Amino acid sequence: MTRRAVLGFGSALLLAAAALGRPPIASGTGYPSLDATEPYASPLELLLSPDGARLYVLCQGTGDIRILDTKSGQTLRTIPVGRVPRGVSLSPDGRLLFVANSWDDTVTVIDTNSETVQAAWPAGYEPSSVEENRSGTLLYVADRIGNDITVLNASTGAEQETLEAGRGASYLAMSADGSRLYATHVYPNSTPHRTPPRSEITVIDPQRAQVIGRIPLPYIAGGFHIALSRDGRLGVAAELHPKNLVPLAHVEHGWAFVDTLTVFGADVGKPVEVPLDELDRYYARPFGVAIAPDKSRIYVSHGGADCVSVIDVHRMLAYIHMHPAPFAEDLAASAHYVVTRIAVGKNPRGILLSRDGARLYVANRLDDTISVVDTRTLRVTQTIRLAGPESISPLRRGEQIFYSARYAFQGQFGCANCHIDSTFDGLQWDLEPDGFGRDIVDNRLIEDLRGTEPFKWNGGNPTLVKECGIRTEMYFWRSQNYDDLQLTDLVLYIRSLPSRPNRWRSTNGELTPAQERGRAIFNRTVDKLGLPIPQSDQCAYCHSGPKGTSQKSFDVGTKKNTDNTGLLDTPQLSNIALTAPYLHDGSAQTLEEIWTMYNPHDRHGRTNDLTKDELNDLIEYLRTR
Amino acid sequence: MNRAIGIALLATVASSPGLAGQSRPRPVNHIRAVAQQAAPPAIPRFRFENFTTANGLPDDHVYAVLVDGDRIWAGTDNGLAEYENGRWKVYTTADGLAHRAVLSLALDKRTGAVWAGTMGGLSRISAGRIDTYTQLNSGLSNDVVYGVSVEGENVWVATAAGACRLNTRTGEWSLYNERNTPMIEIWAYGVSAAPDKVYYAIWGSGLLEYNQRTGVWDKYEDPDGENEIVLLRDQGLIHEITSSVSYVDGIVWVSTYFGDSRYDGRYWHNFLTKDSGLPSNFTNYVKGVDRNRAWFCTDKGLAYYDGTNWAVYRPSLATGKPEMMVRDAAGAVTEIPVATAPAHNYILGIDFQGRDIWVATAKGLSHGIHQP
Repeated sequence: MTRRAVLGFGSALLLAAAALGRPPIASGTGYPSLDATEPYASPLELLLSPDGARLYVLCQGTGDIRILDTKSGQTLRTIPVGRVPRGVSLSPDGRLLFVANSWDDTVTVIDTNSETVQAAWPAGYEPSSVEENRSGTLLYVADRIGNDITVLNASTGAEQETLEAGRGASYLAMSADGSRLYATHVYPNSTPHRTPPRSEITVIDPQRAQVIGRIPLPYIAGGFHIALSRDGRLGVAAELHPKNLVPLAHVEHGWAFVDTLTVFGADVGKPVEVPLDELDRYYARPFGVAIAPDKSRIYVSHGGADCVSVIDVHRMLAYIHMHPAPFAEDLAASAHYVVTRIAVGKNPRGILLSRDGARLYVANRLDDTISVVDTRTLRVTQTIRLAGPESISPLRRGEQIFYSARYAFQGQFGCANCHIDSTFDGLQWDLEPDGFGRDIVDNRLIEDLRGTEPFKWNGGNPTLVKECGIRTEMYFWRSQNYDDLQLTDLVLYIRSLPSRPNRWRSTNGELTPAQERGRAIFNRTVDKLGLPIPQSDQCAYCHSGPKGTSQKSFDVGTKKNTDNTGLLDTPQLSNIALTAPYLHDGSAQTLEEIWTMYNPHDRHGRTNDLTKDELNDLIEYLRTR
Repeated sequence: MNRAIGIALLATVASSPGLAGQSRPRPVNHIRAVAQQAAPPAIPRFRFENFTTANGLPDDHVYAVLVDGDRIWAGTDNGLAEYENGRWKVYTTADGLAHRAVLSLALDKRTGAVWAGTMGGLSRISAGRIDTYTQLNSGLSNDVVYGVSVEGENVWVATAAGACRLNTRTGEWSLYNERNTPMIEIWAYGVSAAPDKVYYAIWGSGLLEYNQRTGVWDKYEDPDGENEIVLLRDQGLIHEITSSVSYVDGIVWVSTYFGDSRYDGRYWHNFLTKDSGLPSNFTNYVKGVDRNRAWFCTDKGLAYYDGTNWAVYRPSLATGKPEMMVRDAAGAVTEIPVATAPAHNYILGIDFQGRDIWVATAKGLSHGIHQP
């Protein structure tokens, strides 16, 4: 099958699903419906046609691409794509539109002339961004769960190889001359326990399909969009710089996050991390970035602050060259190069400049609008409202609260800072104000939480209301209290988050031989010596039920000297393969380490009678949960 | 396994069309040494340039060498060294390398990533980033990684506790040992993976073959068992104590500490010092070039076999001076005058860079620059 061959989307998706060994998923669906109302569009990313006449809007909530007339703002056509689309790009010749569908692991190929779907190709685990190389021979897909970049044949969709990227690989950007492809990732790369996070910008030769460099991003735990100037001399990536080694409760001292950019390239010299916040006001979660055609400005959307920052490039470079020492945490710096902040809609994400740089388009994900900014006056001149529900449901309000940083002191951060795209962040935090380094806790996935309470590693919060309400307000936000309705809406939203498809479990429920052997070990009641295993040492006793938690607390022998208690809530096992590191404090870097390093006395299950291959089998089974 | 077939066909092996060009060698003590003659045209000549700690290597003891285009990787006793544009860059445990002693190397040709088997785990080096897998943090069967080979999305690993396979897409580790394969000993010394077959050299357990299509393991042993007597020529694998394997163009080349073997899927052909040009029966490493040609890394020099003729490159065992000996099909040995030789006789590894060779020795890394 070539992409030029016309193929109905339904059959294309069937083919893709067959290749994946999974059943097809109905097209045109976004996230599973959170309530009974019509889904919200939730625009996430934007593209302009080469002639500027069409605006392509990736709507994650409805699972479609909407084609708008840029002059009128009218929606001309809606094209359903795959499930939970996250990334979109145009082929260099503008004839094809590629859409990365994150929940069905496909790339949809759309012909921009006929505005029809040509094909849906299987890609890696959770495709999040897609780019074609200049010669039109290879298609690159960043896979968030795969932590890699799948390289597809751009004519046939056949997978050619996968390139090792950063953990949570999600965003791609091609240099203007097509010679370099850059990739960022939303979760930090693995580092030793209680050391600063590290990330990277992966640099790829898009013609040879090889990783040729990795720009280190020290202290960075979440990398988002990246942009290159047209002359290729300036690159910029939006990112989160957490301060997770000190107690998070010290928010009033600015010890939570810094919102930064890393700028790199010949104009900069050695890559530099540049803060975007101000001393008394934060601009949470920089996400989208764009560089003006004349390289005079950088635009940055802030998903938690509902605004776009405008940076004077000349002043920024001058500041960088005058301040050779790291200044990422010097919040006075931004005054030297941030020109203004432009208020836009709720949860602004993807941004896009018109070819002449005169207009900036901003996708406001949580109010279904597109802001159009006149870059001369730096004012919003038009707000395009996408079709969808007129009213705001409680769930939608809860989602808006989740993604906003306005409830925290100085707007420093919000729920989504640590639960990136409603997941987790791969970090361990020092949450309580009980001294540096005490009660370190690993962040957990928050999908499909119903039936997993209590919350908090010590099981101290019996409900989400307590988890997200008083405790969060007191220790995290250090600021405005939610009113009752806001808290209810927030809890409703979090309780409604579905679990993403498990990539290690076949959809027909059949287990591989290794997984089957692992399940037997998980469920065993007698060890290999023929001795009965005490209930509390049986995997399936504590990790019981459909979500793998008995909802009770146990001491599994992992208490550290810095912990106040060894009695810990049994974590659910849902999608556990995604959430390294493990144990309550994240000290186990991998699932294996839970038992090879932190279970010397069989208190965390009877495992020391297992051979290495049996332990591998157990882990293969756990990955299916 | 094909052992029975191999034995049954012993009588026909020597005249088999499958061994065309491999004329019956004569015992080495019958060879007439002739000095100062020109080498047969097919035998390559090299000018060796040697690298040691004096010019950038982190250690003189080089266990493995890998060529990736213009880039050379050397696994040494004190780190992994990368040579490019005339400069060495060294990776150590401080950079995340699993262990200072790098025993084996493999290239993922699709992605450019280099896999390094060490005395303390398996490391992947990709554009400067090192990810390390150990028996504690992963499903790797043992931290002593003697061999590694990449095929498609799978990385095949030979360890001191059996064989294993990492699926880089799913992260699944599959372990192969005495419980699920015919291997008796579990010291896996070498591995060579291809789309159809994967071969393991198991120290003390012969040669293991994994059929990628059927998922079935097969085993090739020395028909003489542990006896050090070869009852019949070319009856099967030369010895149980295998040290490495190289699978090229459907041909399996196997080295042992007691001679070497070639297997074409039907017939075996064995090489011993007494009936070939091998300088020693103690071979650390073998690397096939194609169906007919292979390089043998022995404790007494580097040997090349072109299907008919042999050549040995080394410092003279007697004088230490550079030496090149060529043995033709008739067993006649010619000494070729040379000015350079590999850095040491104890050869541990080889890789090819076009017509050049790179040679890992116990006392340095050698670049054999092909001479017209």
